[in-house]
Amino acid sequence: MATPYSNAADNAIVVRNLQKSFKDIKVLHGIDITVRRGSILALLGPNGAGKTTTIRILSTLLPPDGGEARVNGYDVVQQACEVRSSIGLTGQFAAVDAYLTGEENLLMLGRLYRLSRADAKRRTQELLEQFDLVDAARRPVKTYSGGMKRRLDLAMSLIAAPPIIFLDEPTTGLDPRSRLSMWTLIKQLANNGTTILLTTQYMDEADHLADWIVVIDEGRVIAEGDANSLKARVGSDHVDLIISRNSSFTLAQELVNGQQMQANPEQRILSIAASDGAATIKRVLQRFEEGQIEIESLTMRRPTLDDVFLFLTGNGSNGNAKEIIHE
Amino acid sequence: MSEMSLLAPVRPERHSDLFWLVSDSWIMAKRSIMHIIRSMDQVLSLILFPIMFMLLNRYVLGGAIDTGDVSYANYLFAGILIQTLAFGANYTTINLAVDMKEGIVDRFRSLPMSSSALIIGHIAADLVRNVISGIIIVLAGLAVGFRPNASAAEWLYVIGLALLFTLAISWLSAILGLLVKSLEAAQWVGFVLIFPLTFVSSAFVPTHTMPGAIRTFAENQPMTHAINAIRAWLVGAPLGDSAWLSVVWSIALIAVSVPITSWLFRRHSVQ
Repeated sequence: MATPYSNAADNAIVVRNLQKSFKDIKVLHGIDITVRRGSILALLGPNGAGKTTTIRILSTLLPPDGGEARVNGYDVVQQACEVRSSIGLTGQFAAVDAYLTGEENLLMLGRLYRLSRADAKRRTQELLEQFDLVDAARRPVKTYSGGMKRRLDLAMSLIAAPPIIFLDEPTTGLDPRSRLSMWTLIKQLANNGTTILLTTQYMDEADHLADWIVVIDEGRVIAEGDANSLKARVGSDHVDLIISRNSSFTLAQELVNGQQMQANPEQRILSIAASDGAATIKRVLQRFEEGQIEIESLTMRRPTLDDVFLFLTGNGSNGNAKEIIHE
Repeated sequence: MSEMSLLAPVRPERHSDLFWLVSDSWIMAKRSIMHIIRSMDQVLSLILFPIMFMLLNRYVLGGAIDTGDVSYANYLFAGILIQTLAFGANYTTINLAVDMKEGIVDRFRSLPMSSSALIIGHIAADLVRNVISGIIIVLAGLAVGFRPNASAAEWLYVIGLALLFTLAISWLSAILGLLVKSLEAAQWVGFVLIFPLTFVSSAFVPTHTMPGAIRTFAENQPMTHAINAIRAWLVGAPLGDSAWLSVVWSIALIAVSVPITSWLFRRHSVQ
């Protein structure tokens, strides 16, 4: 696997041939990841791909079975303590103390990160402001909403301003607004020079946040690149057209021949790759009008994680009778 | 929103490992003690359990039990005290199990903190809980006819042994907290162990009334030694070997539990 950056000093995280098994089940089959300092890398994959296991090894919670992992230049096995001082971890479930207030949670973490009382206090106030938690600072966390808990959780991993942050599915289970505010905070962190390794199941999240995306499946890296290069491999935006009448489906299919498309006759869906966006739609609609074909609906969609996996893993046939017609 | 604050320099302090063990344990103890204050069910159980057991035993069972020269209220006090202290330690099992199941233990493990501080914090909270329970038991006991004739020195022995016994049973409870697979199990597993141990002891009835094997067990288990020693100091029952035996038992339990606990805690992280 080609690595994007070669100079070791520029890399905050370097993972080589990382392996891990639980009992007889091998969950990581030799993962390679390189994260450049100050960048955001997204580990993209479905449940069970090995994302969380990778993060747990990098944050010293799990020992690897084989391979090498260096975080901030420190070996995760031999120099676990130095690694812990260099990282902040925000796990999949908010790791906050429900009985303490937001302020108490932050102060506690600050002291556990070895900050002086004064530094811990100062950072707590800064983070409460930055994460919009000032009003709730003196309330027990059990009264917080899900989004507030996640924000506090992230703030807690930042209390000692570590150079590297791990975020395990930072927006899973959040409502759209909280998700956006989380994205903004993550972007800001990266702008300030923090290196971020995050995991996600969502293509759009990786697309929005990451400078580099590593796609993993069943414990293996199956592709990597920046968002544009990956999407280019998967295909562009798609237009899904539902044709009103069964009888005109074949004709419709012939009319748009020449486009990259998928046809599903049973559900009368034509899915066309809209490589040049609106122009594709205009052209298709023109041809349909000339051919007097009525359509029931038209939807434009981004390539989904499904598309990425169907493409990258080559498991194209999902029993839905899709045929892919290439030009 | 001050973006630059994320880069504000913060420098960790430098101290010895022992300093950090004490400092981290104190932070964790404060956390666990806050949990007592902030959670109503803990406060209620601390107050209600000792009073309930004192009243039930004194007035329901007490009339049928012959404790010789010592009045039943005087006999019962040491038994209720040790039983309550033992049940109190179940909170270490439950609270540790809660921490292990929820994400917060991963957060603590990913910090540069001392790894045993979390457990020490829960055990320190047990001491606080049991001091509260102890005071309530003394008050409840006095209300139902407990009349101690102990000297100041004997009271100090009682307090010292009660705290040592709490420590021993709390470390044992920490093992359970790390072993249980679910929070439901954490709730009942302590009771299943402690109930028989308190009943098959000298807590509520004199052991000479029990049949063969049960009597042998009752007379040689650590709870009986602790109960007999406290009873002797408070109301002048015969002390015998119970004082030093209970101290040896407690220290032995701690000496065995501490390494098992830290081994389990480390092993947990490998799963």
